[in-house]
Amino acid sequence: MNAFLTLYRRELALAWGRGGGALLACGFYAGVATLVPLAVGPDAERLGAVGPGVAWMALALSALLSLERLYERDFEDGTLDLLALGPVPLAVVALAKGLAQWTAGGLPLAVVAPVAAMVLGAPVTLAPLTFAAALVGGLGFAMVGGMGAALALGARRGGVLIAVVVLPLFCPPVIFGAGAIEAVAQGMDWTSGFALLAAYSLGALALCPFATAAAIRNALS
Amino acid sequence: MPDLDMGGYGGFVWSAWGLSALVLSALLWRVLARARKARRALDEAEGREDG
Amino acid sequence: MSLRYGGGDPQRAELTRDGETPPEKPDLAAVGPLAVSPASMFGLANPQRFMSATRRLPAALGVLAAVLFAAGAWLSFTAPEDYQQGDTVRIMFVHVPAAWMSLAVYAALGGTSFFSLVFRHALADAAARAAAPIGAAFTALALATGSLWGRPMWGTWWEWDARLTSVLVLFLFYVGYMALRASIDDEQKAGRAAAVLALAGLVNLPIVKFSVDWWNTLHQPASVFRADGPAMTADLLTPLLVMGLAYTVFFTALWIVSIRAEINQRRANALALRAAGGA
Repeated sequence: MNAFLTLYRRELALAWGRGGGALLACGFYAGVATLVPLAVGPDAERLGAVGPGVAWMALALSALLSLERLYERDFEDGTLDLLALGPVPLAVVALAKGLAQWTAGGLPLAVVAPVAAMVLGAPVTLAPLTFAAALVGGLGFAMVGGMGAALALGARRGGVLIAVVVLPLFCPPVIFGAGAIEAVAQGMDWTSGFALLAAYSLGALALCPFATAAAIRNALS
Repeated sequence: MPDLDMGGYGGFVWSAWGLSALVLSALLWRVLARARKARRALDEAEGREDG
Repeated sequence: MSLRYGGGDPQRAELTRDGETPPEKPDLAAVGPLAVSPASMFGLANPQRFMSATRRLPAALGVLAAVLFAAGAWLSFTAPEDYQQGDTVRIMFVHVPAAWMSLAVYAALGGTSFFSLVFRHALADAAARAAAPIGAAFTALALATGSLWGRPMWGTWWEWDARLTSVLVLFLFYVGYMALRASIDDEQKAGRAAAVLALAGLVNLPIVKFSVDWWNTLHQPASVFRADGPAMTADLLTPLLVMGLAYTVFFTALWIVSIRAEINQRRANALALRAAGGA
């Protein structure tokens, strides 16, 4: 447990990057959100119809940002070899990295997401749910994204490859998260969508570390 | 005998069948070409081995 | 960047990781990249045996597929038109089998990936690699014919209904697999990484299907026309099954030829490598 915490703290420090990591994620997110009315037109009704959904899509995209360097840095300077040979199982390393990603990137994004949704025309009443959904979904994005990053380790065009590999896997959480918010907007029940989102993220939390560990071992072999 | 017009939907039906035939043929061609190439590469490599 | 694991000494490198045995690296010169574990469960596990056993199979299957296609086409065009969809129902006879195959081939991809990962099976790896582009082609065909089927029915060239959307995501799974495989230079590493991805995709597939269905019911009001197709009478079922069988036999023939080609290519590469090393 001690080792895990040490590892997690290290990863968190790296991912946070003295605020740079969070700033980058939020900056990208704000940029994408700004493009939406520019692309769709400022009509409040039209924007409001797509606002919450697009805010969610931008979340998925923002989760991709820091993935390329997630394992690459340690891979290049030999730290990953050390981690692989050390007493901490690789699956735990993957867990620590994923959770750090979620804390450093997903959390700030979850705070900004409701703001973006409102700016894009969603009613204020949706804000708490948007925050909660973004937080829960962010965990799933971080774990699945980490798996993608490990799979693409040592490959050419790592960043784009990770996106191509990971985006189809992001479809279910996007559906569930945006669906829950959409349900509230239409006055329907949001709990089923939210529960499904939580199930996906928890499933990813449980399973992805093992796949990630296998991928890391493959890359190091 | 099927009427070629297909009740007005002829374009769609024949396009779908034509496209399927095209894609499956192209797939067959590609697979066979790959097989030929591999066979040639193997013969060449084995020839070099013996020679 | 110093690393401390609460007492663990990174110098003790000899310890195995997670208590597993480290993967053995086959001696390429002695054994060649086709080294297969003794786990030959089906007798065909040995690539040599596979090659000799399947020598005449593709041609035979090809003839069978041709016969089935001919019969299927005849049945499809002589079937009575559907009371609801008219003659467009005949598109179903090429769309549905393609969609079936896209799923079946992905299942095959997942299965062979599992074997190649767990048993370090070179033949399984070759089979997985061979299956992917064929499956992707079937999937693309399913999408295109689905669009053509939908146009007269819905009036638009594309409709985000549950089935087409699921097939689209499945297509993206194929693309991701092939992209990953192609982007890693080391063949063995590429194969293993892709295998992990294939398994992750296989696990995700029912989740995607479920989520897309859920999404569809959320956004579909009283749906005018469900893309499920007509109610299945025997008249329509027979051509469909014959075409489905034709597609399956055709795929099997293609797959075997592809695997044989893959094995030959790997053998050729190994020989060339050895020649280059020895010369």
